Amino acid sequence: MRKASWFNVGSVALGLAFLYLPIVILVIYSFNASRLVTVWGGWSTRWYIELLADHAMLESAWVTLRIALLSATAATVLGTLAAIALVRLGRFRGRLLFSGMVYAPLVMPEVITGLALLLLFVAVNIDRGFWTITIAHTTLITCFVTVVVQSRLLTFDTSLEEAAMNLGCPPLKTFLTVTLPLIAPALASGWMLAFTLSLDDLVVASFTTGPGATTLPIRIYSEVRLGVKPEINAICSILIAIVATGIAGASLLAKFHDVGRGGIGGLAAR
Amino acid sequence: MTNGAMNKRGEHDRSWGARLIVLVPYLWLATFFLLPFLIVVKISLSHTAIAQPPYTPVFDPAADWESFKGSFSALSFENYAFLGSDWLYLASYLKSLEVAAGSTLLLLLIGFPLAYGMARAPRRWQPVVFVLVVLPFWTSFLIRIYAWINILQRDGLLNQVLLALRIVDTPPAWLSTDTAVYIGVVYSYLPFMVLPIYATLEKMDETLIEAAADLGCPNWKAFWLVTLPLSRPGVIAGALLCFIPIVGEFVIPDLLGSSQTMMIGQTLWTEFFGNKDWPVASAVAVVLLCLLVVPIVIYQQMETRDLAGGR
Amino acid sequence: MGNGGADSRNDPQRQGTRRTFAPWTDPTARALVRFDGVSKQFAAVAAVERVSLDIFPGEFFALLGPSGCGKTTLLRLLAGLDTPDEGRILLDGEDIAPVPPYRRPINMMFQSYALFPHLTVEGNVAFGLKQEGLPKTEITARVEEMLALVRLEGLGKRKPHQLSGGQRQRVALARSLVKRPRVLLLDEPLAALDKKLRGETQFELMQLQERLGLTFVIVTHDQQEAMTVADRIGVMDHGRLIQVATPPEIYERPNSRWVADFIGEVNLIEGRVVDVGASETVIASAAAGRLRALSPTDAKPGDVVWVALRPEKVRIAHAPPPTGGENCVAGQVGNIGYLGDLSVYKVRLDNGIVMKAAVANVTRLVERPIGWDDRVWLTWAPEAAMVLTR
Repeated sequence: MRKASWFNVGSVALGLAFLYLPIVILVIYSFNASRLVTVWGGWSTRWYIELLADHAMLESAWVTLRIALLSATAATVLGTLAAIALVRLGRFRGRLLFSGMVYAPLVMPEVITGLALLLLFVAVNIDRGFWTITIAHTTLITCFVTVVVQSRLLTFDTSLEEAAMNLGCPPLKTFLTVTLPLIAPALASGWMLAFTLSLDDLVVASFTTGPGATTLPIRIYSEVRLGVKPEINAICSILIAIVATGIAGASLLAKFHDVGRGGIGGLAAR
Repeated sequence: MTNGAMNKRGEHDRSWGARLIVLVPYLWLATFFLLPFLIVVKISLSHTAIAQPPYTPVFDPAADWESFKGSFSALSFENYAFLGSDWLYLASYLKSLEVAAGSTLLLLLIGFPLAYGMARAPRRWQPVVFVLVVLPFWTSFLIRIYAWINILQRDGLLNQVLLALRIVDTPPAWLSTDTAVYIGVVYSYLPFMVLPIYATLEKMDETLIEAAADLGCPNWKAFWLVTLPLSRPGVIAGALLCFIPIVGEFVIPDLLGSSQTMMIGQTLWTEFFGNKDWPVASAVAVVLLCLLVVPIVIYQQMETRDLAGGR
Repeated sequence: MGNGGADSRNDPQRQGTRRTFAPWTDPTARALVRFDGVSKQFAAVAAVERVSLDIFPGEFFALLGPSGCGKTTLLRLLAGLDTPDEGRILLDGEDIAPVPPYRRPINMMFQSYALFPHLTVEGNVAFGLKQEGLPKTEITARVEEMLALVRLEGLGKRKPHQLSGGQRQRVALARSLVKRPRVLLLDEPLAALDKKLRGETQFELMQLQERLGLTFVIVTHDQQEAMTVADRIGVMDHGRLIQVATPPEIYERPNSRWVADFIGEVNLIEGRVVDVGASETVIASAAAGRLRALSPTDAKPGDVVWVALRPEKVRIAHAPPPTGGENCVAGQVGNIGYLGDLSVYKVRLDNGIVMKAAVANVTRLVERPIGWDDRVWLTWAPEAAMVLTR
């Protein structure tokens, strides 16, 4: 029976405080009527309103969203395929190189990958912009999806697939009707992870961007270099709110699903 | 998608489906990951030029074989020599390694107790605590660094508190210092350290501690002799997951650090965007990669060993 | 319901005459499943080594052996989930190697049941039928019929996690039977059940098998289970098939010390052959003196053999036997195991080896006449002894 010892509770509480304090402060100051951080001018939503009129910012948000949706989906497909290949296909020619390519982006500094991709695009003479960022993001993010899906595949009960085949289901159909539904939650979290990473990326986007494809992080970054501005606080708070809602919603859904399975199972009539 | 009958025989009977599964991601990664690196190496061996793109020689696919071979002979190591000669670059590399090592250590000191607390939390609370720790990771990286600017700027919150508590008389400058960089790095990378350690600790069999107690170990000794050694894989994974990217960090030192000694990420950025010197930037990247190749390979070995163990 | 095949077991006039079912003794009978010199290796270990075996239609065949003996591998080879390195597997005379697992008319009940967690009970049972492309009405009818057969009516809409262990096992059984396979494979199906439920289910399986006239192949490490349900048992060890025979034959006429020791309890006494007759053998042993066994053997005088005695056939008494000399030995009771229906006496003979005698407790006594450290005599009839040459 685990009891919460003071040391453990203390370290967790302190850690969480450290993690959340800056964010909380940022959100609070987005409501500061005064422009200066030193002066608290009372609660106000004027920065949010000004934000709505900032077309450039909104445009960037839209571009960023589209890139994130596309690259997250592409990365999920590629990452899942890679995970299947690594977990299920045993030894194949070039496996070492393959796994190297799959895992490297996890730790590679983004300046290197960004630079490399840009040089590729230049060498092949592709116009930089929306699509190059999307390709770059997909490449960068695939490995994260692979890690998530791979860990789910490792714990997957293969006897379910054997049972399906034994009952007459050919391999592809088995994958679609048995494996896929059961690993779907992992695919979903992989997608969400990919989406967030794309939404958030600054370095690689900066390298591979072109005219008309200024993403939100690029825009925020250029503003931030000039100093703190409450409008930035406002857009950041909005982004935080969106992400927090998304995560909370997803966790609640997952918990509800689990509770449904476990709880009712416990009450089942013998 | 195990087709046990086919796979155990080795590669010969590989169905087309299986081939396709590997081929699609393989081709993508080879084209957009491997190939670019080769190009970086090539560019690093080229000369700077005032041109678009700003380097020579340029491989022209339409050119004939002779001029192609001619381009090869025009490659040189002068950029690498340049890097070696200018103290600026050396200092940059050293600074990056120093910051990475220092912050990884800090991350360990802060992250381990946090992970340990999470793993020892009562089962009911674990998912909640887990989500709470992971949540900041999902919010934008940039936003979180920006949040620290808010706090650390000269008239920011930290100084306001310090002044109010009469700890200092004049507000010190926190931004544009190494301290700020350390704070920013530790703040951003904490989940990368905490999660692998947490994963390892959580899987640990609690009855091992009970066995240690049964054999005469007080709490702290059981921790030292049992828990700590068993947490080693998680600690190493976390350390690598933090150290390697921190070496090449750009955003944090750029926003929070000084422009006196730059970290290598900043140097690369400046060479590329500021000086428009693509070949030198490429050389910087290649050297950085060589520096990191050993830890990267170690990390990949750990990952694939996990896979093999899982199978 | 059921395809009886070539056997006559479903003949109502033959109900209750199960003991006459013995197609393996009939030279004209054709095997349904034939393993022909099958071998399979995993890494450097031979999981199955040159196994040849015939299984006849309508038979309930058990593969028995300790863990790692290769019995599950053999089953999986038949199901097509693994492919043999050597040898052939024939179904109805035809080599099934080119047939992938999802096209074989063989179904398997997995040890872990492998129920699809995202489908209901009905969904699980109907899964195999859906793959055949049958019309919906027929599928529903057959699913209902099968659920009634395994006594799960009314639970069709539940999901696997809402069922008890015994109920899940029935769903797995229903799912594998509903397709009316030629052969049903059962991989340690009762391992997860408690003793009482296991006993009940064993009888249910036997009844089901007879009623449907199917061929069952069950893999188990539980001897009692194999002896209860099977028409014939194939005993395996380290990838090899050691003996294939009916339960009584396996028990009373094991072909080796290993089989004698693996099935039930046995006393093994080593000795040298003194004399060999048409039906009886005389052995001289260091431990128990002169032994006479009514058990033919190919051994020659001077060969080393072992005499195997089942404990229940050994009589134990305080008084020495009236006709001393053969098939009797003295010792001291070292240990008594009281099992309720039996008492097992471990007797240390004067020369050191230990023999076991099992006596049914036919009278209701709390204090048994033979106690610890008593000096006793063990005797047995010549018919009770088996001579083993390996």
